[in-house]
Amino acid sequence: MSADSIAAPRSNSAQSPKYKRNKASHSSFEMIAWLFMRLSGVVLIVLIFGHLFVNLMVGEGIHAIDFGFVAGKWSDPFWQIWDLAMLWLAMLHGSNGVRTIINDYADRDGTRMTLKAVLYVASAVIIVLGTLVIFTFDPCPAGAVIDLPSFCTVP
Amino acid sequence: MSPVETAESAPEPASKIELPAHLGGGGEIPTFDVTLRVRRYDPEFSDESKWEDFRMTMYGTDRVLDALHKVKWEQDGSLSFRRSCAHGVCGSDAMRINGRNRLACKTLLKDLDTSKPILVEPIKGLPVEKDLIVDMEPFFQSFREIMPFLINRDHAPTKERLQSAEERARFDDTTKCILCAACTSSCPVFWTDGQYFGPAAIVNAHRFIFDSRDDAGDMRLEILNDKEGVWRCRTVFNCTEACPRGIQVTQAIAEVKQAILSRQV
Repeated sequence: MSADSIAAPRSNSAQSPKYKRNKASHSSFEMIAWLFMRLSGVVLIVLIFGHLFVNLMVGEGIHAIDFGFVAGKWSDPFWQIWDLAMLWLAMLHGSNGVRTIINDYADRDGTRMTLKAVLYVASAVIIVLGTLVIFTFDPCPAGAVIDLPSFCTVP
Repeated sequence: MSPVETAESAPEPASKIELPAHLGGGGEIPTFDVTLRVRRYDPEFSDESKWEDFRMTMYGTDRVLDALHKVKWEQDGSLSFRRSCAHGVCGSDAMRINGRNRLACKTLLKDLDTSKPILVEPIKGLPVEKDLIVDMEPFFQSFREIMPFLINRDHAPTKERLQSAEERARFDDTTKCILCAACTSSCPVFWTDGQYFGPAAIVNAHRFIFDSRDDAGDMRLEILNDKEGVWRCRTVFNCTEACPRGIQVTQAIAEVKQAILSRQV
């Protein structure tokens, strides 16, 4: 029914005189988050299309992608920084987007908190794990049976 | 009998120019049958709301509000809705007509598809009190919070506070707001929990923030920099589409965002 298909405004707050508004936040977090979305979005366009172009269009294109190709890229500081920037910006951009969606659609405080907690943990794990991989990647693992990049000295 | 009326006894015609029928205006006003499907809700009898159909013959010059009047005056006196001026200025009769927020007094029946029932519901996101009447208090609460009045710390002048035409034009669009709540109640972010200030409050803040005579722009920007303030706007444009006064609501919100940014960054 339309009378209560949408809950009454401000009826979910724990402190419950009718239509209680949330306390003012007095922080610029939302403004910084909004600005970050715009700026990271512009940078990501460059990073992602650069990434796609180098991986899929240059040289043999998609057929060149194998362990050696990736290992070769990640032994170059330029691509380490490129991929690191892409990882951090994309993860923060995406997580912030999902955060706003949760804020917009989850109307119970409990649901909202739970979903956001899951989101933050998941993002943190992926960012930390991805950063570790980029910097601790061993392009010449011992005893490899696959094609290694050309700079590896085969024992 | 006065001497003037002796010359001609026939009554003066309504129009002295004979209009051909194809031009319109001369002929009869067309009539058509419409079905009005109204969302009824009366908490004294039921907690459920339900649709109710009313059939009637209306004229081409009639508005949805006239149809509602016809129902209330001739068919079912219990039908409840708000209206005051009935001419698009008081902002009392905002309702959801065929799924769009409009003023019943500005929506002509002939502009709608009269072959199907015309759906009339209360605006969404505000608690329904009865039929088409909603509790506007949450809406006015946000409106009051942005201090919708002139704040000027100078000594009160003995004449009016002067302003150039350009300074006046800066906020002209947002002076048109009639507080009908069509925008705020069309905003999906407001539907979530109603904590968002809503487009109408931001429009009315914009009206004073960009007024050269007002000194409290900073305070209003600070209020709207809140986590429930302008940053919750997702530029869905529902508000701009809903505004019966044609205010560029989303643009006004974006201008307030820019003002906050240029103040802080």
